[in-house]
Amino acid sequence: MGNALLQYATVLMLTIFVGIEIIAKVPSILHTPLMSGSNAIHGVILVGAMLVLGSANSTLETVLGFLAVLLATLNVVGGFVVTDRMLEMFKAKPKTPRAKSDEVAS
Amino acid sequence: MSRGTLIDLLYLVSATTFILALKGLGSPKRARLGNGVAAAGMLIAIVATFFKQVDGHSLYHVSLIVVAMVIGVVIAVPTARYVRMTAMPQLVAIFNGVGGGAASLVSITEFVRIHSTHPATYVTLEVLLGVLIGTVSFSGSAIAFAKLQELMTGRPVTYPGQQVINGVMGAAGLVLIVIILATGQTALLWALLALSFVLGIAFVLPIGGADVPVLISLLNSFTGLAVAASGFTLGSNLLIVAGTLVGASGILLTRLMSKAMGRSLSNVLFSAFGSVVTASGGAGPDARPVRSGSPEDAGVLLSFASRVAIIPGYGLAVAQAQHVLRELAEELEGKGIEVFYAIHPVAGRMPGHMNVLLAEANVPYEQLMELDEANSELQTADVALVVGANDTVNPAAKDDKSSPIFGMPIINADLAENVLFLKRSMRPGFAGIENELLYNPKTTLIFGDAKDTLTKIVAAVKSS
Repeated sequence: MGNALLQYATVLMLTIFVGIEIIAKVPSILHTPLMSGSNAIHGVILVGAMLVLGSANSTLETVLGFLAVLLATLNVVGGFVVTDRMLEMFKAKPKTPRAKSDEVAS
Repeated sequence: MSRGTLIDLLYLVSATTFILALKGLGSPKRARLGNGVAAAGMLIAIVATFFKQVDGHSLYHVSLIVVAMVIGVVIAVPTARYVRMTAMPQLVAIFNGVGGGAASLVSITEFVRIHSTHPATYVTLEVLLGVLIGTVSFSGSAIAFAKLQELMTGRPVTYPGQQVINGVMGAAGLVLIVIILATGQTALLWALLALSFVLGIAFVLPIGGADVPVLISLLNSFTGLAVAASGFTLGSNLLIVAGTLVGASGILLTRLMSKAMGRSLSNVLFSAFGSVVTASGGAGPDARPVRSGSPEDAGVLLSFASRVAIIPGYGLAVAQAQHVLRELAEELEGKGIEVFYAIHPVAGRMPGHMNVLLAEANVPYEQLMELDEANSELQTADVALVVGANDTVNPAAKDDKSSPIFGMPIINADLAENVLFLKRSMRPGFAGIENELLYNPKTTLIFGDAKDTLTKIVAAVKSS
């Protein structure tokens, strides 16, 4: 138990530094997509929710686990789709500025 | 290689994609790719989990897992796909909230399970932290959603002793955690849950609508930490890495965002910014003269300009006027008038929000100018057209040391020859601060709904 905890703490510490380093120089126009993207990433709690429901032994655990999987799925799927939709707006703008104007105008 | 090792290896791949994704999201070119990479990594992790052995058995309730996932997908995809772009901040808030809720539920379930298999007094700290942080993120995000969706007032909700009460509640939560650790009573877990729920609400109430995006970023970071706590409980490196990554980068992002608004994070969180309408200058604000004009006047003025700077703000998005605005810009360009957009970093309700909204309306990317570039170009503009912006053009940020927004970088609309200010009413903006620009002799105010007014201006430009 002691060793495992130490190993997790090591991972935690190293990841804190990685997390801070990789977003240190993000232009402000990408702050919103970045927030949304990292929102999707913490949806990985779905893996935890699956494990919890997958080892539920009582009705209470099953109900709680079921809700956890449901909420976590909302987080993961919604998070990635919203982010993709935001970033879609940024792609290849200079070349085809009017590409989608019919769709939008309707 | 055993099945367990293979799954752990896949988790490692997945964790790596998350790091690469965050890195990609930091550059405009690779952002979309980055998001896709993370989604792929997530899929790998989820599929791998179906094959995982827990305590020597395969997952129970696989059909229930699938049912819950299908329900989730059926709700999330249409919501994320078809909600209006202006409603994006609330959408991020709610998806973050459910993530916090899920993290909290995972911790609660683990608590219940540990209780049934271990001696009654055995509890671990990370389970309790997961409950506390996850629940705060859940209820806080719900209030943030309500504020942005205008289900409740966007103004800060304050009451006497608020920060003290919140401080006491936070401390009570920590004390409760210590007591639970010592006694292992299940009843107290529910007390902790209830307290965290109330704390999340109370923490968000005093934060004004303009600051809510910064808050969402912070709550996003909280959810990450709650996920990391669950990772400790479940013994999952993947959850620890992903959660910590979001937690750490989220806190930095939150600071960057408040910096873009010229404020410190503690100022954003604890000052109940925008609760008081501060009138700068001695005279009563209502008594001072302003010049107002009709959309037709504006049309004429614009038609005879040679350079026009458009300064959009959130009001533009609220009125759904970005398409009409682009139409106006195209009409003006048709007359040989040069048009550019001056985009404040915090225009809209989230940093970068305005760029997204204009891109959605097919405004050419190269016409968008960021703050510094826009300010140097504004000197040569004949007309600055302010649509639905207010605080981001308020000169008080430069001149008035007593103003709450003092120090925030602004777009210097007053450098242009003329200022056309499209405004719904004389009511102050989001931050609740009087705007001197309205009384500037260069300024002509055009009252009315932005979309309505712009449509009339387009007609006037066409006919002149």
